Amino acid sequence: MSQLATLYSSHWIITFLVFFPAVAGLVCLFLPRERIRYWAFTAAMLEFLVSLPLFWTFKIGRVGWQNFVTEPWIPDWGISYALGVDGISLLLILLTTFLLPISVLVSWDQIKEKERAYYAMLLILVTGILGVFVALDLFLFYVFWEVTLIPMYFLIGVWGHERRIYAAVKFFLFTALGSLLMLVAILVLFWLHIDQFGVTSLGYADMLRVEVPGSLQYWLFAAFALAFAIKVPIFPFHTWLPDAHVEAPTAGSVILAAVLLKLGVYGFLRFAIPFFPSAALSQTVLMTMMALALMGIIYTAWVAAVQPNLKKLIAYTSVAHLGFIMVGTFALTSHSVTGGVLQMVNHGLSTGALFILAGFLYNRRHTYEISEYSGLAKVIPVYSGCLVLVALSSIGLPGLNGFVGEFLILIGSFGRHPWITLLATTGVIFAAYYMLPMIRRAVWNDLRHDENRQLLDLSRLELAIIVPLLIMIVLMGVYPKPFIDRIAASAESLSEEIVLIAGQDAQPQQRVVAGDFTGSRAGTQ
Amino acid sequence: MVGVPVLDSMLALVQEATTHERAYVPFLPSWMILLPFIGFVINGAVGYLAPDRRKLVSAVGPGVLGLSFLVAAVNLVLLIAAHDAEPVIRSYWTWMEVGQLRIEAALQLDQLSVMMALVVTCVSFIIHIYSIGYMGEDPGYARYFSFLNLFVFFMLVLVLAANFPLMFVGWEGVGLCSYLLIGFWFTEPAKADAGQKAFIVNRIGDFGFLAAMFALFAYLGTLDFQAVFAIAPRGFEYGGAAVTLITLFLFLGCTGKSAQIPLYVWLPDAMHGPTPVSALIHAATMVTAGVYLVARTGVLFALAPLSMTVVAVVGAVTALFAATIAVQQFDIKRVIAYSTISQLGYMFLAVGVGAYTAGIFHLATHAFFKALLFLASGAVIHAMHHALEHAGEEAGEDVTQDMRNMGGLKAYLPTSFRTAWIGALALAGVFPLAGFFSKDEIIWSAGARGQTLLWVLAVLTALLTAGYITRWLVMVFHGASRVGEGARRYLRAAPSVMLVALVLLAVGSVVSGWVNVPEALPLLPEFTWLHQFLHPSFEAAEHVLVEHMGEPAHVAPLGGGEGTWAVLSTTAAILVVIFTFMALRGKRYLSAREAAEPTGLWRLLYRKWYVDELYDLVIVKPFKALCMVSWRVIDQGLIDGALVDGVAYTTRFGGWVVSRFQTGYVGTYVLIIVIGILIILGAVAL
Repeated sequence: MSQLATLYSSHWIITFLVFFPAVAGLVCLFLPRERIRYWAFTAAMLEFLVSLPLFWTFKIGRVGWQNFVTEPWIPDWGISYALGVDGISLLLILLTTFLLPISVLVSWDQIKEKERAYYAMLLILVTGILGVFVALDLFLFYVFWEVTLIPMYFLIGVWGHERRIYAAVKFFLFTALGSLLMLVAILVLFWLHIDQFGVTSLGYADMLRVEVPGSLQYWLFAAFALAFAIKVPIFPFHTWLPDAHVEAPTAGSVILAAVLLKLGVYGFLRFAIPFFPSAALSQTVLMTMMALALMGIIYTAWVAAVQPNLKKLIAYTSVAHLGFIMVGTFALTSHSVTGGVLQMVNHGLSTGALFILAGFLYNRRHTYEISEYSGLAKVIPVYSGCLVLVALSSIGLPGLNGFVGEFLILIGSFGRHPWITLLATTGVIFAAYYMLPMIRRAVWNDLRHDENRQLLDLSRLELAIIVPLLIMIVLMGVYPKPFIDRIAASAESLSEEIVLIAGQDAQPQQRVVAGDFTGSRAGTQ
Repeated sequence: MVGVPVLDSMLALVQEATTHERAYVPFLPSWMILLPFIGFVINGAVGYLAPDRRKLVSAVGPGVLGLSFLVAAVNLVLLIAAHDAEPVIRSYWTWMEVGQLRIEAALQLDQLSVMMALVVTCVSFIIHIYSIGYMGEDPGYARYFSFLNLFVFFMLVLVLAANFPLMFVGWEGVGLCSYLLIGFWFTEPAKADAGQKAFIVNRIGDFGFLAAMFALFAYLGTLDFQAVFAIAPRGFEYGGAAVTLITLFLFLGCTGKSAQIPLYVWLPDAMHGPTPVSALIHAATMVTAGVYLVARTGVLFALAPLSMTVVAVVGAVTALFAATIAVQQFDIKRVIAYSTISQLGYMFLAVGVGAYTAGIFHLATHAFFKALLFLASGAVIHAMHHALEHAGEEAGEDVTQDMRNMGGLKAYLPTSFRTAWIGALALAGVFPLAGFFSKDEIIWSAGARGQTLLWVLAVLTALLTAGYITRWLVMVFHGASRVGEGARRYLRAAPSVMLVALVLLAVGSVVSGWVNVPEALPLLPEFTWLHQFLHPSFEAAEHVLVEHMGEPAHVAPLGGGEGTWAVLSTTAAILVVIFTFMALRGKRYLSAREAAEPTGLWRLLYRKWYVDELYDLVIVKPFKALCMVSWRVIDQGLIDGALVDGVAYTTRFGGWVVSRFQTGYVGTYVLIIVIGILIILGAVAL
């Protein structure tokens, strides 16, 4: 047991988790075709099971890196092999490994051609994603960042639907444009470090120490922010997302919505804001980011409300949800950042489940047009029950997961930005306004299309896919504390340090009145 | 002693219990909530796996509620025994915890919450029994009971929660069940639409609830009821902007959930749900949640006189407004729906002038007589539907529920007829029925606190109430039958389970008023038990009120004491009932198909003051257009069309120049990028 504990506190477990999928993906290329999916599922399950104990071996309440390693890799260029996990990345890693076997199962009957390449791409993509979440060297981070790009491009472009080439190219150009500017910014940081410390380094901690002079901070922040903003995506860089989602195969959509977008938020939290706190928290930048996030919450919700295509609707709701997370990220209080990270996981589960359910429909009828479905509750009640539950979690019904994250984000942001938070809160109204009409048109009403009369309800395989997600959706709504506990310490130290550096008032407004009454709660319990 | 045997024995029990004082130890509080949830799980499973096991559903559905009711009753007796007990908090697990914010899954058991739980479980139990008969032939029988059980679960969470966020779980949970049950027969578009409308309108209110929570936490650093109420009088400046805004946000939530102006529009549409659902959710329990919230957070409202005024004015105006609409409706359920909105207005008037006990008192009595009126309507609709169907005529909702197609039903449905009269007279405020005591106390409180205008509105509403409910009785049960010859032969009384429920509620409508007999009534002994029992829950709020506004006067605006006005008002109600009855009894109504739309002022009322049309024109349609413009013009036109593709075209021109590098494979691009990176890095290293 103790050996296992040692293993799980070392970096080897992380190294394994990052590179095993890529290795497994390469193996895919050499296996007989009919065995690929079994191999892919075995590998994915193994990856998930190996990652799972991290949830318990992670030391709660400890600030700083766990499973940390830093070894010189290319010393001449200051590049090192540096990985580590903290409260912000832990749950995102577990979310990724949790969704991996589910993604394989989703593809089980859907992907009928070029399976070798498909599963290889899916697995390599996961290596890239996990790499981004754990990399603590900017070179390493950038490589992983780019690695996520190519498999996703192929997943959309090769296994997608009719307009897949357009969507894939749009996805590629948008994200590539962002990352190129980020590369330039990284290089500037690299130079500044040589300048100030006389040694080459791209290590995360070293980069944090770099003093970036006044106006350059803004430029560098802008370069990083653009890359991340496109990834999130923030209004008005979001138009690649609906196209990418509509054309992507189900597993592609699941990974894209559930984890790939989170790379953007993660980038803000890990790099853009800590590296350039004065720029990020300057009034102009802060208000711009908040305004764009609010546009995401409100405006994209309006756009979502009139989408005739189910997948496009879900894609736009994604932008709206990520808007909440961005508000929490930039409000930078311990509650709002904790809520933001938690909401990334929640959104991954709910939106992932929504895309999976949309995929189930597509497999039956080969269309995402909502008007092609009606009265589903009558023919496929189990499916309809799942869809209603997931939709409710997505619009933040308390008792399900989505509410907890949203609530923490908003209650944390309110103390610092009351008006922005109030505007963001109107998002809960619009959420009902885009989600319920979809449910009404697809699930309720009478059967209008004879083709739907013969639809089959969820198969065992489909149940095996969706039930784990439903369990997590309920569990994280009713008892989110274990998840919050793992995030809180890191979120708190991160937000407090940055606010301190940025020279802002470190105390949120709430303490003004609460100071006198700290004892009162203890007295009443 | 009162002189009524039943009351005498109750009184003896209470006195027996109060003489032996002991601390209040809650009896199985979590089971009160868990039992309906277990029912939901079992019935839900049956619904999916074995929908034909109706007997199991009929046993489990009402059974869990019966047990839950017993637990609530035991707790009430224990609370009575423990004179003026402090609230007991039972914490089960920590829901969320970050820094200073700590939200427990915790229940608060005190006089107010246990009283509410008792009313909720009691009425629910009776309506569940009724549903066995009403829904007996429905293919979704198990699904129906699972939703209904789930509703009671959430309602009890709402009532018993010990903090704002947990209350919000119940708050949105009951909204969800309301949505699912309004649209229970989801294959009909009108019903699915009505459910959706209810949910979305309620979300506007929920926005207010959320905003209030955020602000409360920002100012006080806690969301636990006990802590908030203890801190608030010192933490907030009396009448300050903060507490005023917070309470107004809370009240926005109430206008959604409790169907007050301006968010009441969902409730009449909610009548598309099965009638027992209308009785339980849209009359007796869920819609009263807003009143409960204001009473629960009485301390906060007491600190914000402006908000109190808003609550009272909105309540009084809604009461009168909805009553005027009820006068000209022909749908048997819509009359009662508008009546519900109107009566909820009374309750808000009460809590808005600081008469918390009066508000909760009317909430409780109203739960009985309004549920009774709905269930009596249900029995009528059930009979109409059955008769028309068997006669081979059209039996849609618009036919079976239109009172112009009824008349003279008393001969066919004697039990419904008698109990409906009891419910109607209770609603009209006729002595000695329940509504007399509770409504009279509200009107009196408004007058005694110097709100002359509101008092006038309340009195006018009371007269209208007596009028429209008599019209309802006459059109349904009296006069010549307008049911077609063919169908009339098939009119049958409802199954006996339904009748049992009607009788039980009728008993409740008679006796529930006697728990609080005001001292000033002539000939009657004083018995303000409810007032005394609930006193600990409202003490803090009343303290704040008295401190800042002084004791309420004990005279009505026109002079005279409470007793005089009580006698006057019940006499007036009786006169209106008799007058309306005489005037309408001989009136010949045309059946719905032949009748022309009313004209003049009547049309304005018939069309509900055109509020739905107004909202549609001013809010719904422009908003839809806004959404469409956002998508087509901004997203597709401006961002994608002008910017993204514009850039793409420009680049394509540039791309033509470098087209020899363009092989069409992303692999090549990647290669170029990687080479580029290496070159840059190489340059840096050198």
